[in-house]
Amino acid sequence: MSLFARNLPRILIQTAQTTTARNIHNSVPSHNAAAGVQERPDVRTKCTLIPGDGVGPELVYSVQEVFKAAGVPVDFETYFFSEVNPTLSAPLEDVAASITRNRVCLKGILATPDYSHTGELQTLNMKLRNALDLYANVVHVKSLPGVKCRHDNIDCVIIREQTEGEYSALEHESVKGVVECLKIVTATKSQRIAKFAFDYAIRNQRKKVTAVHKANIMKLGDGLFLKSCEEMAKLYPKIEFERMIVDNCTMQMVSHPQQFDVMVTPNLYGNIVDNLASGLVGGAGVVAGASYSTSSVVFEPGARHTYSEAVGKNVANPTAMLLCASKMLRHVNLPVYGDMIRNAIDKVLRDGKIRTKDVGGQSSTQEFTYAVIHSLQLPTAS
Amino acid sequence: MSGFFKHFIDTKNASSIYDKITKFFNRIPSKNPKGNIKPTTSKPLGARFLSSELKKCTLIPGDGIGPEISAAVQKIFATAKVPIDWESVDVTPVRGPDGKFGIPQSAIDSGHRSLNLALRKEFNLYANVRPCRSLEGYKTLYDHVDVVTIRENTEGEYSGIEHEIVDGVVQSIKLITEDASKRVAEFAFQYATENGRHKVTAVHKANIMRMSDGLFLRCCREAARKFPDIKFEERYLDTVCLNMVQDPTLYDVLVMPNLYGDILSDMCAGLVGGLGLTPSGNIGLNGALFESVHGTAPDIAGQDKANPTALLLSAVMMLRYMGLNEHASIIESACFQTIKEAKYLTGDLGGKAKCSEFTNEICEKVARTS
Repeated sequence: MSLFARNLPRILIQTAQTTTARNIHNSVPSHNAAAGVQERPDVRTKCTLIPGDGVGPELVYSVQEVFKAAGVPVDFETYFFSEVNPTLSAPLEDVAASITRNRVCLKGILATPDYSHTGELQTLNMKLRNALDLYANVVHVKSLPGVKCRHDNIDCVIIREQTEGEYSALEHESVKGVVECLKIVTATKSQRIAKFAFDYAIRNQRKKVTAVHKANIMKLGDGLFLKSCEEMAKLYPKIEFERMIVDNCTMQMVSHPQQFDVMVTPNLYGNIVDNLASGLVGGAGVVAGASYSTSSVVFEPGARHTYSEAVGKNVANPTAMLLCASKMLRHVNLPVYGDMIRNAIDKVLRDGKIRTKDVGGQSSTQEFTYAVIHSLQLPTAS
Repeated sequence: MSGFFKHFIDTKNASSIYDKITKFFNRIPSKNPKGNIKPTTSKPLGARFLSSELKKCTLIPGDGIGPEISAAVQKIFATAKVPIDWESVDVTPVRGPDGKFGIPQSAIDSGHRSLNLALRKEFNLYANVRPCRSLEGYKTLYDHVDVVTIRENTEGEYSGIEHEIVDGVVQSIKLITEDASKRVAEFAFQYATENGRHKVTAVHKANIMRMSDGLFLRCCREAARKFPDIKFEERYLDTVCLNMVQDPTLYDVLVMPNLYGDILSDMCAGLVGGLGLTPSGNIGLNGALFESVHGTAPDIAGQDKANPTALLLSAVMMLRYMGLNEHASIIESACFQTIKEAKYLTGDLGGKAKCSEFTNEICEKVARTS
């Protein structure tokens, strides 16, 4: 009782705070649902923005245009971050601190040259991922309306471990002409990604998780990954579990991609499957992805290509980046804006009048962006 | 051939024989014991092989549908009067005294763990060649696929060097050496030159594995300088995967380290209809081995339902390797023609014909042309 008495003032203050906080949360969405999004919410969200290399800045500009037109209450904290332009790049610590603070980030693709100017083996991408411990990369590959492809009805999610494995950047030349590259697989990280995959499957009403591996050759390394997945599968009896060797997986992917649901992969295989699956639904310009740590999320296109040959030509497809932005909005609890942008993209793609070059059209990035802006529709009051 | 046989005897565990059902083995004549990596130019073309001299060739029928489809190939070869003398080796695993399945005649020695590895080591099969071509008459989602994947086969991710450093931390070593990389890079360009190809693409991930794949890439660049007539380009593995499924005609000959080759060759096979239609050849320092890489299909074994195409096309590759180009072309076109006409297709291609009917049809066509 005395404890309660001592803490009474604090409890009161806390209650007051939570009520006000709750009021903000309650009032704004309900207001939105009733009258659309004419009125801006009082709270603005901050988001770190890394335009990236290649066509990244153009795509980010497209996102900013759409955000402006839709009146999205998000402020960007922009950092120029690049490995090919080291002198202009913001320091890694600043970028990492900003992302840690904001907990969300929208990121273009960073170019990874074959040789770094300092002779380092780790790429900037890897450094950022390691600094923030962005361990899970999630790419949802889904056939889009109006984008003509060989395969239809693809709907799979590729979950990739991206902090270890082949991307360890541990390499050395034992003697001249003999190079060893270490692939590191740990039980902790394998279990973590396996758990992430199964949790994702549960939360998104998915039915099956496929573990992609090469444990028949790399018996210890991939064997450990596979074992971790198998053990995790036992804890989720409602989710079907399946294993597939990576070469067979790519072959199945090009012939029957519809059989896949959620896939969980080590680092390099994830990179391969991501790109392959993106190719099936229309290429690098239309697939969004996200990298998760335990506290922050970085939204970036699913297939990582800088498309540097198209810089300044105004031909890149901003769909992937816009979809990332829409996902980001849903993540920061602004689903109304997220859906608004998503619906606008769907409408433009379905109409098929404005298409960028990569999906068989002639339109420019700018035209596509404007088309999306014109298709923005305020959600009807219900 | 005694060395060849001996090796089977040494093999203790033949589990992997199940994935490789049938192999042809062609050894470079013993006059040239060190071997030469250039398959056709190393031999006097023409006269020698077009003469009636019989060439010896080892045949491993394998398991499951293996014996049927190798019999089919032998029949077609006989019809085409290919000057080959088959030497059949039975390596069907039997249960040994220790309870494990192994190669018969169990003279136990310190051998290699799997039959494939044994063959690969014994004959230094350093390059795996897999041409993937769209077949007319068998419709897939991809047309006009015509790529050749050349895969380094001795090192890389499949070096087999792995250990657990502490509990729960495993380290696998990917080994890239200059010698092996150079060897396969030069072979790729050589192959491109001899087979009228125009472009070689080195597939790598040197942006991530800067030293190891960087070394491989450097070796490819060096080889490219020696073959100025062949176009050379470098592509990231992920880019190739992405572009291959969108437009497979972008690529011609692909050369890459072990794991990437394993993945891409199966993916390309998927584009043209699966492993039942794609041949495979392993080129080595002391010989070459041609095989079909599909499964043994024990469920249809002995029922005369199997499709011998992959093995037949592998055999055609072998004929080309031996310099018997004329026979190769006759058999190949007969096979393509039969599939195109689609009168006698086996079950896997959506037809109802039996393996023997399919074989007879090819034989008939061969007999007509030769």
